[in-house]
Amino acid sequence: MMSQNQGGRSLERRNAKAKAEDESVEAAKRAPRRALDEARLRQQAIGVKLRQMFDRVVNEPVPDEFLAILRRVDDRAQGRDDS
Amino acid sequence: MTAEAVATGGDDPAMEGRFKRELVALIPHLRAFARTLTGDQASADDLAQDALMKAWDARASYQMGTNMKAWTFMILRNQFYSEKRRSWRQTQLDQDAAERTLVAVDDPQAPVALDELRLGLGMLPPEQREALILVGAGGFAYEEAAEICGCAVGTVKSRVSRARRALQGILETGAYDRDGRSAGDAMNSIMAEAEHLGQSR
Repeated sequence: MMSQNQGGRSLERRNAKAKAEDESVEAAKRAPRRALDEARLRQQAIGVKLRQMFDRVVNEPVPDEFLAILRRVDDRAQGRDDS
Repeated sequence: MTAEAVATGGDDPAMEGRFKRELVALIPHLRAFARTLTGDQASADDLAQDALMKAWDARASYQMGTNMKAWTFMILRNQFYSEKRRSWRQTQLDQDAAERTLVAVDDPQAPVALDELRLGLGMLPPEQREALILVGAGGFAYEEAAEICGCAVGTVKSRVSRARRALQGILETGAYDRDGRSAGDAMNSIMAEAEHLGQSR
């Protein structure tokens, strides 16, 4: 059976060891977490740019060829009505 | 009410007018979808015009009040693949598109960051690219994107997340900035890495 003193020392040692382990685990956790945060930020930046790229085309004036397609459709409809 | 009157198009001028107005309002979005899919303006506008004509011709099959944006995007997407199917294997890098977009980078007026992004998008497998565009830029929910692409919601989710990882890899390594051949090699290793990350997650 362990004496009171020995038990106390071994408890201390265990605590110190556990604390050191906790700290190294925390440090190991912090690094990937920081990397994850950075990755998330980079992803957000890509997302913003992607929407920008899309919206820039949405905001361009529509080339006349597009509207001409639907005008031709109108002409065809006129022709149909006249016949 | 007759069957003809229920149909969107047919000979009902009021319905046809409404359909046309809504279609016109969608043109800028169709152009943007086509541009981000192809990465080049001329072929994108050809694609969007084809889709516009197809949508008009198919107006009788569209149900007024349902999501017309999703409906037209589906038409454009199907048009895109029917044109590309001959030369593309679905998961293969489109070397031609990559080379075309690499040439386009010489435009000095375009902001660099967007050019890099366009080049990077051009290197993604098409099904990943479209999923990312629909969800990340087009404003579609995963469910809507799944309907447009004709696949399961989970498939869209995994394509979007793989596309994001791959795109990030491309932009960080500058893989878009090489000549076509080495860009292809770099891309293959990035895709392999993204696959690996996806599996080990």
